[in-house]
Amino acid sequence: MAAVAKPKIDALSARLSALATPEGGTWASAARHAARARLEAMGLPGPRDEYWRFTRPASLNAPAPQPAAVFDDGGEAPVFGEVDRLKIVFVDGVFDAAASDPLEMAGIEIERLAEAAATDIHWARDLFGVLEARGQDPVERPFAALNTAFAADGVVIRVTGTAARPVNLIYRHGSETSDAILHHVVKLEEGADLTLLENGPAAARFNKVLEVDVADGAAFHHVRTQGRDHERQAATHIFARLGTKSTFKSFTLTVNGRLTRNETVVEMLGDDAVAHVAGAAMGDGAQDPFHHDDTVFVTHDAVNCESRQVFKKVLRNGAVGAFQGKILVKPGAQKTDGYQKSQSLLLDEDSTFLVKPELEIYADDVACSHGSTSGAIDEEALFYLRSRGVPEAIATDLLVLAFLADAIAEIEDEAIAADITGRLDGWLQRRRG
Amino acid sequence: MLKINNLHVKLEEEDKEILKGVDLEVPAGKVHAIMGPNGSGKSTLSYVLSGRDGYEVTQGTATLDGQDLLAMETEERAAAGLFLALQYPVEIPGVGNMTFLRTALNAQRKARGEEEISAADFLKLVREKAKALKIDADMLKRPVNVGFSGGEKKRNEILQMALLEPKMCILDETDSGLDVDAMKLVSEGVNALRSEGRSFLVITHYQRLLDHIVPDVVHIMANGRIIKTGGPDLALEVEHNGYADILAEFA
Repeated sequence: MAAVAKPKIDALSARLSALATPEGGTWASAARHAARARLEAMGLPGPRDEYWRFTRPASLNAPAPQPAAVFDDGGEAPVFGEVDRLKIVFVDGVFDAAASDPLEMAGIEIERLAEAAATDIHWARDLFGVLEARGQDPVERPFAALNTAFAADGVVIRVTGTAARPVNLIYRHGSETSDAILHHVVKLEEGADLTLLENGPAAARFNKVLEVDVADGAAFHHVRTQGRDHERQAATHIFARLGTKSTFKSFTLTVNGRLTRNETVVEMLGDDAVAHVAGAAMGDGAQDPFHHDDTVFVTHDAVNCESRQVFKKVLRNGAVGAFQGKILVKPGAQKTDGYQKSQSLLLDEDSTFLVKPELEIYADDVACSHGSTSGAIDEEALFYLRSRGVPEAIATDLLVLAFLADAIAEIEDEAIAADITGRLDGWLQRRRG
Repeated sequence: MLKINNLHVKLEEEDKEILKGVDLEVPAGKVHAIMGPNGSGKSTLSYVLSGRDGYEVTQGTATLDGQDLLAMETEERAAAGLFLALQYPVEIPGVGNMTFLRTALNAQRKARGEEEISAADFLKLVREKAKALKIDADMLKRPVNVGFSGGEKKRNEILQMALLEPKMCILDETDSGLDVDAMKLVSEGVNALRSEGRSFLVITHYQRLLDHIVPDVVHIMANGRIIKTGGPDLALEVEHNGYADILAEFA
């Protein structure tokens, strides 16, 4: 590894000085120290890093977060409120036992990270920081290493059967200066099934890592919403490892946010696995900046696996959307079916969509494709709707929802998909006033 | 009902005049037809009346029951009772037909200060209107016009007309792309809507549509003007002799 440049070391020292290594038992301390060593070897991302070409990491690097006002949602019904689910609440990145349900459900073990970390022999030891470390190659992800080194809270979930209901991680934002770091580990044993829901703005600045190990024949469904605080910032990572005939499906809806960088790293190690990663983002830069970055890295390292990336962004008033998506097909990963789509709807000429699709293929019997488009609203459709009496603003929103529908269609559970669509519709309505 | 006075229109993008002084009046309860050769300005007239972008009115007026259409937004014209059945209805992937219909109906009601229709009443209303046009549940569920045949698209236009109950309906070459059976079905739908308070302006190339939707008055349009006006016989004359004779008469 090349020597790390001095400005990066300085930035890192400043950042580290504001952080404390959490208490933990032997294995957790070892994992945290190893993560810190990884981080020190790479330094924090700088403006010249290719992987950060579209997104400036400065505000994520800074020792303290920029303050972010707490959004008033007017007391609307909570996201996923209609879903029968087990709620686990964090306020500014700290577990809130009183607001959470008891961490008990048939077929599933849930513990706080701190408890697991204090236990000498624990299953999480084989995953905590392990999947993150695997995901550092071939591209460095310093904020994920920082997370492993310093996250004091989070949950570890082990699923042995079919979870009776979804687990919902709820991230409330209470303090304007909160700097939250959460690390979750999910282990799905062979044939297990879990739906994980996440929602909420979390904090002024949020760093989250989710490590997911999906064993043979297991299925992991993930739906999250990130919103709607305008000034919040977030760097999140998902590291998933997939076994034979396993399924991983993740969907994210992002609305508002000064800076969001969502990295998803999927490693397909077992044959016949399926991985779908999708996202819908909607941003308006009129009052506060909006910058949303989806960075995805899917590695095919087994035979006959299918991966899909579907990302849609609606941008207006100077909003910026970025997509970096890579499909890496390793030697021997024959019969790979890899697909990648990233599209943006630019509602004006001030908004920007930056995109870098990449395919790297070392097997000869594969089908991989990618498509990226960037377009304005369909004037014909807009006129048609208006000619039927639909006011321009409503007609535009209908077309916005229609544009995002492809990504939302990636959510398998119809009720949850309907919740997402209904909520978007509601937010658009309120925005119109 | 509809009054058009010395309407001059040019394309916004190029300095090309398309309508060169159109005068037309359609009284309440009447069906007027406009026939004319390609490029005479028939479709342009329908677009200008409905407020489509890309045209510039340089002179003249167009009013609907005294309201200045040209000063209104497209959606305001619709709420005022103007409806244009398009020659090529637009496909809108991702927007369900039912959502589209309900949104349109409620938007118009709202604009007129009326209550929105309840979901249950709306469903009942749509089913009733759709049945007469042989529009099945599947067509209502699908995205607007996506995967519809030419005939299905036109029937969907008439369904919208039946639901929105406009007072001034413009049909722009509704017969294009229709087979005989579909034309009959569409015409029946239109005829069912004929009433004392509702007027129609039927734009067509061919006389055959006017066998089904019998007009009170027929206008011939050429080179951006109405050059001749008569009864239904005028359409038959065109059918037999083509436009050449009439055009020669006014050359």
